[in-house]
Amino acid sequence: MNILGLYNYWIVVVLMMIGFYVVIAHENLIKKLVGLSIFQTSVFFFYISMGKISGATAPILDEQYQLYSNPLPHVLILTAIVVGIATTAMGLALVVRIQEAYGSIEEHEIQDQDTQDQMESRLEAYGFRKKHALSVRDLDE
Amino acid sequence: MIDHLPILQVVVPLLGAPLCILVRNPRAVGLFALLVSTVTLLISCTLLQQVLLNGTLVYALGGWAAPWGIEYRIDYLNSYLLLLVSAMGAIVLVASQSSIGGELPRNRHMLFYTAYLLCLTGLLGILCTGDAFNVFVFLEISSLSSYTLISLGNDRRALTASYQYLIMGTIGATFIIIGVGLMYMMTGTLNMYDLAQRLPEVHNSKTVLSAIGFFIVGVCLKLALFPLHLWLPNAYAFAPSIATAFLAATSTKVAIYVLIRFIFSVVGPVFANTVLPLQEIFVVLGVSGIFATSISAIYQLNIKRLFAYSSVAQIGYMILALAIGTPLGLTATLLHLFNHALMKAALFLAIGGVVYRVGSAQLSHFAGLGRQMPWTMAAIVAGGLSLIGVPLTVGFVSKWYLVLALLENGWWPLTILVLISSLLAVIYVWRIVEWVYFSSPRIMIDEVKDPPLGQLVPIYVLVIANFYLGIDTSLTVGVSKKAAEMLFGGVF
Repeated sequence: MNILGLYNYWIVVVLMMIGFYVVIAHENLIKKLVGLSIFQTSVFFFYISMGKISGATAPILDEQYQLYSNPLPHVLILTAIVVGIATTAMGLALVVRIQEAYGSIEEHEIQDQDTQDQMESRLEAYGFRKKHALSVRDLDE
Repeated sequence: MIDHLPILQVVVPLLGAPLCILVRNPRAVGLFALLVSTVTLLISCTLLQQVLLNGTLVYALGGWAAPWGIEYRIDYLNSYLLLLVSAMGAIVLVASQSSIGGELPRNRHMLFYTAYLLCLTGLLGILCTGDAFNVFVFLEISSLSSYTLISLGNDRRALTASYQYLIMGTIGATFIIIGVGLMYMMTGTLNMYDLAQRLPEVHNSKTVLSAIGFFIVGVCLKLALFPLHLWLPNAYAFAPSIATAFLAATSTKVAIYVLIRFIFSVVGPVFANTVLPLQEIFVVLGVSGIFATSISAIYQLNIKRLFAYSSVAQIGYMILALAIGTPLGLTATLLHLFNHALMKAALFLAIGGVVYRVGSAQLSHFAGLGRQMPWTMAAIVAGGLSLIGVPLTVGFVSKWYLVLALLENGWWPLTILVLISSLLAVIYVWRIVEWVYFSSPRIMIDEVKDPPLGQLVPIYVLVIANFYLGIDTSLTVGVSKKAAEMLFGGVF
């Protein structure tokens, strides 16, 4: 009974874990952002359901009503939604630039390219010229 | 006018930021941003003076009394850090006038300065506010603008570094609002002062426990405590040098402030330690962080990355000092916070000077620069000495207090570990010295010389501060002690 009575928190926790899992497990940068949004949305749910009292109305003073819901968490979450949108927009803008610079938005492909860059600068540091040095791609072939 | 200083501290850079977009001329926009940050520096000087004279300043936003309205509270702790952040903001901007021209195309200057001032706004806001939700809002303002600053770097890896930071930073910030939400659920208030009074009534509930857990993990992500530091090295390495200097000097420090404020002013140190083994966690993570990241620093080939790893190690010292849990330990944390900002700002600005002339921060490109850029390299060595903790530098003062605090508690094995870890700093600083002074130049460019005066002056202001505040410690030690006593006295 008690477990079902708190169903809003169950929804929050399940959504939060889905979002978190997607952020950690997926390689695709866009999918990671989707996960991040789900993760944030679960917190929005959490705040919104926190202010709700069953049978209560919006806090408009009237003799008819005795019970009022707390509007403050809802207002707070308006701010958090704006922050969430800004974060997603920023993230997507970065993904666009990453796609332009690397030609891929898969994490491991980006990492491969970075490792190669690093190998080249390492070889260069030890006195090899870039054109003489073997690159990772050459070794693969 | 004086009454409104706490809010002006935040509003001045906030209004300055969008105005930057309107100034199209790259030269003028830099000077304008410098003007704005100088005004914020003056405000923070006045605030510190006011606090030292009259004690805590309270400002009710829009005239709404706390706990309904948002309240700004300026006490010893945050006025001290406001001075640090706004001073770093202004000094770094002096160097950026010439430095940024070498790293960013002219049409991006105004965007850079807009993001820079927004980041400054966010950091100052976190320091000023006495409202838990407001902390989150300002944290996101500063984070979003630092993601932008980082992504402006020339290397394409700046983009992935910024993306990585965005993911980790957002998870951290979301953890912080979960924590704040859980606390609000139990107490019905967001005002920190009010929370401190109402939390003891609900101490036994599991909700409060998880609130504290979420909040602390969230903040530790932001302050890059080992092993949550993975976003930091790349972000510092590939951001424009000016952005690195500013972020390294301020952003993690402000996150440490949030942690201190939360543990001491909101939850109370006794309670925080009884419910969570915070002391053990911080000692273990602090010490292992110091060693793991100092050793990583030794193997770096990019000098910005090297100092980024060393930054994480220094955060380990601060957290270790915090874990001691005595006023002396907290004094050491606050001192190291201030002093580390001085060292890293000097070092990263000097590296910025090299990037300006040589175009790279690879260690191998530093070969033989000791003869070509004598002043810049001397500044790097001075900063390195301070990082090691050689006497007469600020690094010595904070390590001295750390060792004193450790010995006071009888933790001599940790004292030995701290001293050994300083030797690791000797190794990575020596590697730089070796490249700079004892190897022959790789790149034969005749025009490599010290950066223009516009960059050398701020570098040397910081280097002199490193030595001056290492000898005359009355300001830093005095204010840190007062702040630590205030926090332990339970007076907010």
